[in-house]
Amino acid sequence: MTDHHGEFDSVSGKTTTGHEWDGIKELNTPLPRWWVITFYLTIVWAIGYWIVYPAWPLISSNTTGLFGYSSRADVAVELANLEKIRGDKMAALGAASLADIEKDPALLALARAKGKTVFGDNCAPCHGSGGAGAKGFPNLNDDDWLWGGSLDQIMQTIQYGARSGHAKAHEGQMLAFGKDGVLKSDEIVTVANYVRALSGLPTRKGYDAAKGEKIFAENCVACHGDGGKGNQEMGAPNLTDKIWLYGSDEATLIETITNGRAGVMPAWEGRLDPATIKAMAVYVHSLGGGK
Amino acid sequence: MNKTVNPNELTSEDDFGPLYAARKKVYPQSVSGTFRRIKWGLMAFCLGVYYFLPFVRWNRGLGAPSQAVLIDLPNSRFYFFFIELWPQEVYYFTGLLIVAAVTLFLMNSVGGRIWCGYLCPQTVWTDLFYAVERFVEGDRRERMKKDKSSGLTLRRAGEIALKHTIWLMIAWWTGGAWVLYFSDAPTLVKELLTFQAPMVAYIWIGILTATTYVLAGFMREQVCTYMCPWPRIQAALTDEWALNVTYRYDRGEKRTSVKKAAELRALGEQVGDCVDCYQCVAVCPTGIDIRNGPQLECIQCGLCIDACDNIMTKLGRPKRLIGYDNDINIQRRQDGKAPIYRVVRPRTIVYSAIIAAVGGIMLYTLATRSLLDVNVLHDRNPVAVKLSDGSIRNAYTVRLLNKSGYDRVIAIDADGPVNLTTHVVGADSVTPDRPMIVIPRDTTSELRLLVTAPAENNPEKSIPVRFRVTDIGLGEVATATDNFVAP
Repeated sequence: MTDHHGEFDSVSGKTTTGHEWDGIKELNTPLPRWWVITFYLTIVWAIGYWIVYPAWPLISSNTTGLFGYSSRADVAVELANLEKIRGDKMAALGAASLADIEKDPALLALARAKGKTVFGDNCAPCHGSGGAGAKGFPNLNDDDWLWGGSLDQIMQTIQYGARSGHAKAHEGQMLAFGKDGVLKSDEIVTVANYVRALSGLPTRKGYDAAKGEKIFAENCVACHGDGGKGNQEMGAPNLTDKIWLYGSDEATLIETITNGRAGVMPAWEGRLDPATIKAMAVYVHSLGGGK
Repeated sequence: MNKTVNPNELTSEDDFGPLYAARKKVYPQSVSGTFRRIKWGLMAFCLGVYYFLPFVRWNRGLGAPSQAVLIDLPNSRFYFFFIELWPQEVYYFTGLLIVAAVTLFLMNSVGGRIWCGYLCPQTVWTDLFYAVERFVEGDRRERMKKDKSSGLTLRRAGEIALKHTIWLMIAWWTGGAWVLYFSDAPTLVKELLTFQAPMVAYIWIGILTATTYVLAGFMREQVCTYMCPWPRIQAALTDEWALNVTYRYDRGEKRTSVKKAAELRALGEQVGDCVDCYQCVAVCPTGIDIRNGPQLECIQCGLCIDACDNIMTKLGRPKRLIGYDNDINIQRRQDGKAPIYRVVRPRTIVYSAIIAAVGGIMLYTLATRSLLDVNVLHDRNPVAVKLSDGSIRNAYTVRLLNKSGYDRVIAIDADGPVNLTTHVVGADSVTPDRPMIVIPRDTTSELRLLVTAPAENNPEKSIPVRFRVTDIGLGEVATATDNFVAP
């Protein structure tokens, strides 16, 4: 920068602003008047903003503006509106029967959307965000159900849970045959191999099938049924299929027979409203395994 | 526009420079001629299309809007005569914008700022507003005189009031026509007149009334000079062959009156055809002197050509002292060679090719556009599920688009290297192995599709699957591909 004053530029017939960078001088090309006025108007407009809207921070609060506008209050109003809109839709969901919901595309879409959100908030910690499950927590996408996979059965399980302490909860558990001294360890190994054979898995060398069948008949058939097909009344899994909640290898089976199993599904009645539970039942049913 | 200043006359204000440049009001004079006629014609055409297009009807059948051009925002549809576009097809607008931009480039490389001079809304409406001003207040000299005189007579006040009333009416119609593109025009007009139209319609009419009134009535050439980027961009798009409105200095200099010219010629001096009558300056809507050469402010409307031609005709000299020309030809004439015009050159060929290619692709895709479409998204959590009998199941979210004006019954099949069975959640299918679903007209449906591979031929890891959606009635087929994954 040279001096503040501009100088005359004989080529353009204009003055310069006095700004100079490495010998390049800036010509003074003033804006039109309306443009300059508009610029000042924007400043005035900004001052108006300070007055009308919350603007200046104070020590422990801020200026609130003339109309007391607050974006937080706006959000609260919007949320209330949303709740109202949803309330009407959820009322329709609450009034419809489970079977009707699955047949009505609009209700099905609503139930699936609502169910998915609520599932993510409440069920995903154990069952996984897509309901894929984990060891000890059933996969809700497959067609193997401990307590039944019809809409009503799924809804009942969600409402009351399993071994949840709720009066109507599913009860029944896998007994600890080893720990309680019912079966000796060699008997446990034998029956574990028998169970593996039930679903077509290879067995240990020298395993006595006849002895396994006898132990199974005396101890397991009461719950798991003849041939190990399971019993949904007691939550006893089908031992002949390809789906294993805790695992199908020999060591896991021995552990299961020795210590028993009694996973807990909490009761959601009272925690979630009936329409939401309904939506969740439809959602879980629609994951793919529903009967 | 640059005023030449004598350095000795600089004041202290000039040292710092003025804070702003004062507006030099332009008083364009009326003119008649070829280019004025072209401009009237194009103005009538452009405004006619703009104001009346919303009222053109187009029969699309029951339940669909019958307006030829309609931007249906609530239902996310765009209608243009036989074309109906969905939001997914926004790429047509991309194509349209490319064609528009390159057409602008092409116009520029052939005939300079044709857009600015004849077609730009700013030019068209400003021209219309000038016509109103001229009709009410008189031509250039009268308007200048009236603006200079300080006394406000009743007659003068009436003139001003009348001018602004007509301007506001035009502006109001402009805003009014705009909103008609977004709703059924005859219904909206009725609602507007009975004050039953939605608030947003009145707000938009208000906004566009204000912008039209201010931009065409007051800002005028300032929009082109200060606000619009196009005058700057076009400098990069023009070349030495482009025909621009040009003052032919090869036959114009030295400028002087007819009488003086004769005297100078007698003395053997070089004298031009320009008689320095300033008619080209008087008619210019941006208030410049074209004889100073090409300049930023010039919108190339050709009115100075008309003005000059009229004078040349009266003087019995050849026309087009100002005309569409370029410096190459001026040079050639000075050298005694014939002028050459080169419209076909690499630049224009490339632009034309781009326009043809993009336009062709758009037309082709539009003509072969399917009215039935399917998108498939594989579930990611879990990607695959093992069922109790050992078979593998994958779930997909399927989005079906029925762009036609009738309901469709469709069937979904999954084709892959292994035998796959399909099931749609919630579909009350009479054919359990081949789900059939009804998609209502002009809607999208989202379905959950379960695909199962039986236990005996479980796929290895991941196999490609083709989803085939068939319209049972018409046989139309849409397909999408994805993968079937084993756990």
